[in-house]
Amino acid sequence: MDVLFDILGSANFWAAAIRIATPLIFGVLGALICERAGVLNLGIEGIFVAGAMAGWLAVYLGAGLWGGVLVAALAGALFGLLHAILTVVLGLSQHVSGIGITLLATSVSYFTYRTALPDVSTPPRIAAFQPINIAGLSDIPFLGPALFQQTPMTFLALAFVAIIAFVLYRTPLGLAIRAVGDNPASVEAQGLSVRGLRIGAVVAGSALMALGGAFLTMSAFDAFFFGMVNGRGWICIALVVFASWQPGKALLGALLFGAFDAFQIRLQAQIGQVVPGQVFLMLPYLLSIVALILVARRADYPRALLQPWTKGQRH
Amino acid sequence: MTDIPASALLSLENITKRFGPLVANDGISLSLQRGEILALLGENGAGKTTLMNILFGHYVQDEGVVRVAGKNGLETLPSGSPGAALAAGVGMVHQHFTLAENLSGLANIRLGTEALLSLGRASAARRKIEQIIAESGLTVDLDRRVADLTVGEKQRVEILKALYRDAKVLILDEPTAVLTPQEADGLFVVLRRLAANGLGVIFISHKLGEVLAISNRILVLRAGRKAGELVSATADRRAIADLMVGKAVAEVTRAPAKPGAALMAFDKVSLRQGASRQSLRKVSFELRAGEIVGLAGVSGNGQAGIAALISGLAVPSEGELLLYGKPIHRADPRALVAAGVARMPEDRQHDGVVGTMSVADNIAIEEVRSPAFSRSGWLDRKAMRARAQSAIAAYDVRCLGPDAEARLLSGGNVQKLILARVLEREPRVILANQPTRGLDVGAQAEVHRRIIAARDRGAAVMVISEDLDELFALSDRFLVAHEGEITDAGPAEGLDRSTIGLLMAGHSAAAEGLAS
Amino acid sequence: MSFRLEMRENASVGLRLGVSLGAGIVALLLVAIPVLFAGGSPLTAYGLMVQGAFGSMFALSETLNRATPLILTGLAAAVAFRAKLWNIGAEGQLYIGALAAVLVGSGLLQMPPALLIPTVMIAGFLAGGMMMVIPTLIKQRFGADEVVITLLLNFIVILFVQMLVEGPLKDPLAMGWPQSVPLLAEAKLPKLLPRLRMHWGLITGVVAAIVLWVMVRKTVLGFEIRAVGENKAAARFAGIPVDKTMLKVALISGGLAGLAGVGEVAGVKGYLSADLSPGFGYSGIVVAMLAGLSPIGTVIAAIFIAAVFVGADSMSRATGISNYVADLVVALSLLCVLVGSFFLRFRLRYDRKLEA
Repeated sequence: MDVLFDILGSANFWAAAIRIATPLIFGVLGALICERAGVLNLGIEGIFVAGAMAGWLAVYLGAGLWGGVLVAALAGALFGLLHAILTVVLGLSQHVSGIGITLLATSVSYFTYRTALPDVSTPPRIAAFQPINIAGLSDIPFLGPALFQQTPMTFLALAFVAIIAFVLYRTPLGLAIRAVGDNPASVEAQGLSVRGLRIGAVVAGSALMALGGAFLTMSAFDAFFFGMVNGRGWICIALVVFASWQPGKALLGALLFGAFDAFQIRLQAQIGQVVPGQVFLMLPYLLSIVALILVARRADYPRALLQPWTKGQRH
Repeated sequence: MTDIPASALLSLENITKRFGPLVANDGISLSLQRGEILALLGENGAGKTTLMNILFGHYVQDEGVVRVAGKNGLETLPSGSPGAALAAGVGMVHQHFTLAENLSGLANIRLGTEALLSLGRASAARRKIEQIIAESGLTVDLDRRVADLTVGEKQRVEILKALYRDAKVLILDEPTAVLTPQEADGLFVVLRRLAANGLGVIFISHKLGEVLAISNRILVLRAGRKAGELVSATADRRAIADLMVGKAVAEVTRAPAKPGAALMAFDKVSLRQGASRQSLRKVSFELRAGEIVGLAGVSGNGQAGIAALISGLAVPSEGELLLYGKPIHRADPRALVAAGVARMPEDRQHDGVVGTMSVADNIAIEEVRSPAFSRSGWLDRKAMRARAQSAIAAYDVRCLGPDAEARLLSGGNVQKLILARVLEREPRVILANQPTRGLDVGAQAEVHRRIIAARDRGAAVMVISEDLDELFALSDRFLVAHEGEITDAGPAEGLDRSTIGLLMAGHSAAAEGLAS
Repeated sequence: MSFRLEMRENASVGLRLGVSLGAGIVALLLVAIPVLFAGGSPLTAYGLMVQGAFGSMFALSETLNRATPLILTGLAAAVAFRAKLWNIGAEGQLYIGALAAVLVGSGLLQMPPALLIPTVMIAGFLAGGMMMVIPTLIKQRFGADEVVITLLLNFIVILFVQMLVEGPLKDPLAMGWPQSVPLLAEAKLPKLLPRLRMHWGLITGVVAAIVLWVMVRKTVLGFEIRAVGENKAAARFAGIPVDKTMLKVALISGGLAGLAGVGEVAGVKGYLSADLSPGFGYSGIVVAMLAGLSPIGTVIAAIFIAAVFVGADSMSRATGISNYVADLVVALSLLCVLVGSFFLRFRLRYDRKLEA
């Protein structure tokens, strides 16, 4: 029990939880936008890799950090566009296309990295984002270091939660996105373009996913490693179900997940001698599966998810 | 007609639309005036819905022009754009509602009316809609999720969508198909009020009676062509029917029923599992040999539950379902089929056939594990083909042969395939769920003839249909479903549409009337 | 005049073959761009790849050796996808199959090869199969999507294997390397030819493809799998036990992937380690899609993909161009065959407006 309180009582732990949650926030929000519009995007895992590689490489080649973020987002958007063309325009299987995008984005990233840096044995580093101090907030005892000493990308992720919640629930655009994922016919009958909305949502969502990857190489670490995404994308696909496709709950889910992961890392330091490390490493994946099982029956899937739409389709 | 000042709202000129080899619309022209209710009457497949989908921009016509009243008289409407149709003042209420069920009625009405990249103006929208509601009588709770609204309320939301956009022309595609007769009367009151204020209404239907009741003018379509145009007030019922059908169709005649023993019995059956539209409350009735029982009701009142139980897809949550006097405890379609139950599914394309498998496969599918079609796990392809060949011949299934994929069959031929599959075994209990929905007149008569023949052979038959005409043509006895309860309306003789209609709406007064 | 799309009534066998071939060719053509970008000559690179994959008996043996697990994971994906069961977990099932082979074949049972080899295979098949039956049961009971669960299970299984080969199963004689105790000689799959790595796993794969082909066409189970995959609602209405059929498919699919693991352990490596598979499970999806889910086609597609990998390795050694070229070809093949499937469903029609 003491171990538990020691861990939960340290500001360090909460800061780590938020840090671990950040890429997941980007990823879940991205998946959420795609799925709200009716498109499952299993390209997420590869888009994470592409964002991580592209953002890092841009900075390594001399772009500024924010320039790197932009490059990552563009890379994600590009793969999103490809997924949208295959699934929305051509109406092909969202599952297969997504897996294909993941394979493609991953191999393009690895190939590019290897080609750009043929002879390095240790991954080169960049000057990554550093935690910023917010005057006043960061100096609050305990809460300051726990919540307000994060890098700018974390604050960007939090800002996106608010922005996406606002757009989704308070604007005509959000209305249209929610409608197109429920019943595309409702959107078409009101003179809006089903394809336009879906393509836009997939492209924007994929750009966000790529930011999750960029956080890894430009904020959490300062280099690109093979295999560094390690299933984070798939975890986001599980979390978005857990979050019932709502931005607020997505934030909550990602934070819970981050807290759990940070906790197991610290627990590992305490009892790692008795329990093999792999057990702890498995926990995030197990937790995702458990979360999925718990909510699956009650989950309110967007009704048109996975359903391709052709104009003037007969019912 | 002629005393209304002629101010044209809309004109369709020589519209032609083909789907592959099928000509759905063949040079159809029509016009609509302010304040007029024009009925578009025709059989299923006559081309009514296609024509309206062209007008509304869902389909692009191969030939012809659509013109709508604008600032400079009638202006050509760009084809293939629902947006353009909406902007020109054309509103459409589809047979299948086009509503996002996860949004409120208000949100559905606003959808697409405000700039996407703006903050929207929900309160101004609400004020305008409330005013429209007050003027038209289309009462509905704007803040409820559409998923929680009744079918009638959803239809009102659909009409409000059009009126909110200041529609000059309102198209309604089979609007009464989902309503009780009494709800339909309410809709007609609203439509007359709207027309009196200058709205032009196009009312699509295949039901003669209601068309005569609501419209000023009738346009009859047959097989994609305009078959005639009449003024409703002076139209002759018989003449319109002939125009619709083309040739006089011999009524299917049936001898009086000779009911025998009860073959299947529902004893205080309740069903709670599955979708709510399936749920049943303490339902009791019997299906007797040599009798056709018609189950009437507005869709979604428990018919799906009855069908699931007879089909072996569900078992009662409470009470007992007896087949030949023995209770059924396991949901096992194969056991029921083996015991002599024939089942025709409600949605024959979706539940009846596997489109990418062959006709032979689809005929054998229910009994593929039986010795007739397989031996210790190996398919007997020869037997399957032979059975398919004889079925194709006996039931006149039009296809390229036993190996043709079922998806290439027309709706009528799919139904014949299913008839061949289930009737060939001489079943003792038959469930015919919406047996002729979407079929042309010829195919309808054929299906009815087969069902009556099965009854005369001694089968117990249940027909579930939303088409009261069909039920009156087939049934020896009536049951009526309302909110999961079943009322026994008694023998078909002495029953009329309005009595059934009242029972469908849940009026117990009608039941008391029956008792007296 | 206009172009429009029209639903195809039937896609001929020739067309299907054409789409698969075309997809492979287009993928290779597209990969010329990154090869140029990396400063190489595509023609030279492809020449070297062909030579590396088929240029000698040794090269051919390496290609077929590489194709062996791909045939089995390809069949695993093909049979599952046919029933619309999205098994993306072949990678994990492969490892579990390999693990079962080691547990049974490294000394637990003492038998002659004629008994031990089949025993090891059955153990691997059942273990892999259970690894897919579980997510299928979860899907049926809780409604949780099998795609995400099988994907996540891949990570869990590999960590689990890592834990075992660093712990209880660790070979004390491996000089500290994280690998398992070796299989008994009696459990190992014999080589097909002396001094070449090709082994009896290849025959197993081909036989499995033929068995599957016969099963789909000639048996009641195959009939039911097709019906469930093509139209679940109609299959259920017709009385086919949909859930039970899905479980059978899951067992077969996972089992085939498990056999791939057995082959790698018993045919190639001789022991289990956490780097046993360089993504055979994921490549199997591409193999199955390239084959149009046909069992016999899977064998050919697996040889193609294997050739790409083996050829790219050899080409990379000669030119310095990254061997991730192979992964690019594989990914693009999948996307191209997916686009190709669009043309199996529709045809492009050139319309001339009819004269009035």
